[in-house]
Amino acid sequence: MIAKRIIPCLDVHHGVVVKGVSFRELQTAGDPVALASKYVEDGADELALLDISASIEGRETFVDVIRRVASEINIPFTVGGGVRSAEDAYRILANGADKVAVNTAAIQNPSIISQISERFGAQCTVLAIDARREYDSGRVWFQVYSHSATRPTGLDAVRWAKKGEELGAGEILLTSIDQDGRRTGYDIELLRRISSIVTIPVIASGGAGDLRHFLEAIKQGGADAVLAASVFHYGIYTIKQVKEYLISQGVEVRL
Amino acid sequence: MKVGILNLGLSNLFSITSAVKKLGAEVILLEQPTTEIDALVFPGVGNFMEGARRTQGIMGELLDYISSGAPYLGVCLGMQLLFESSEEGPGDGLGFFRGEVRRLRAAKVPHMGWNKITPVRPSPLIEDVQPGEYAYFMHSYAPRPVEERIVIAITSYGEDFPSIVGGGAVFGTQFHPEKSGRTGEKILKNYLQAAKR
Repeated sequence: MIAKRIIPCLDVHHGVVVKGVSFRELQTAGDPVALASKYVEDGADELALLDISASIEGRETFVDVIRRVASEINIPFTVGGGVRSAEDAYRILANGADKVAVNTAAIQNPSIISQISERFGAQCTVLAIDARREYDSGRVWFQVYSHSATRPTGLDAVRWAKKGEELGAGEILLTSIDQDGRRTGYDIELLRRISSIVTIPVIASGGAGDLRHFLEAIKQGGADAVLAASVFHYGIYTIKQVKEYLISQGVEVRL
Repeated sequence: MKVGILNLGLSNLFSITSAVKKLGAEVILLEQPTTEIDALVFPGVGNFMEGARRTQGIMGELLDYISSGAPYLGVCLGMQLLFESSEEGPGDGLGFFRGEVRRLRAAKVPHMGWNKITPVRPSPLIEDVQPGEYAYFMHSYAPRPVEERIVIAITSYGEDFPSIVGGGAVFGTQFHPEKSGRTGEKILKNYLQAAKR
């Protein structure tokens, strides 16, 4: 059977890897190419590179980062952040990325998902969803936020994930805004609701801090892959440790 | 050694080019096969119909090339196009191997991630590859060969499908060797070695 994937995520700001808490309070965590190589060496199954630069100069630096990472590593990586059009997707893929994640632009114009999927294939098209728990007269639901988790959209994350699948996304990268950077565990309820309704792979993101968090996301949340940033950047666990733990718990991973 | 990489706009050529160069070969990007190369790689992702459309104009040249016994490695869509047709859409593949490409019957499609390749037949392509080594897949369709003897390795995802096929100097991998870590490197290296002979 297919192995569960461990995906370190590099948030890149003007050419440097940074990490925050709930998308804020950014701290520097290193050089993207050096970190990418280190993670591949340590057994990463895939990487995610998200451009969080807000300026044009930052975006141009990022293309260079993609090229350098692509020539250095021999595993797949997804690139996201600021993807506005199929042209942007083309530029990312032509520079060596394997998949493109769309987020805000897809919320504003869902047809961008089908455009990318038709042109490059569903397997290249990742829908990134940032969602936050909301309480509505005793009922819990998950609202989609856009613009790096700053703007509520009114969209229900479960429905949006299903819609994304129908439009041609080949994978969902699902981030809990509440849990992001807190290292207190993934939002299992969010994961469970979405992984049980879509028939494409779901990547869990936001909240990994302990070995059992990875296991919970996979076993209870139904995640096909688990993404984490700070737990790896700050050396709390190595990828190898996470994998050995998962194997001991009966989860298939690639060693 | 000169390796031609077929550039039909069907794939990101960056990674496959870097991977082949790292193995010490010279890379030439081609619009169609030539006699100046020692081996050909045809990478491709995406839709079969689009692949068939773009291959149409060089169908004769490609068939001449592979029929001459020259080394060919098709990756993903480049493997699927060796077959006759696909459920994914209309259009003719090369028909070098008999059989159709069909949608995977699994609970979650695309088949995305690392899965085991199990050799079922010896081949120079999988020399030093142990049963159960992992390779990286990202696809929704896989070929169903008519002839069992062309299947070199299988992979299981909802059902068994051929992950490596080959006949003579012609090979195809459903996974991406350029993205499959050390296992992928070995397979690419084996292909180049076999092409030298």
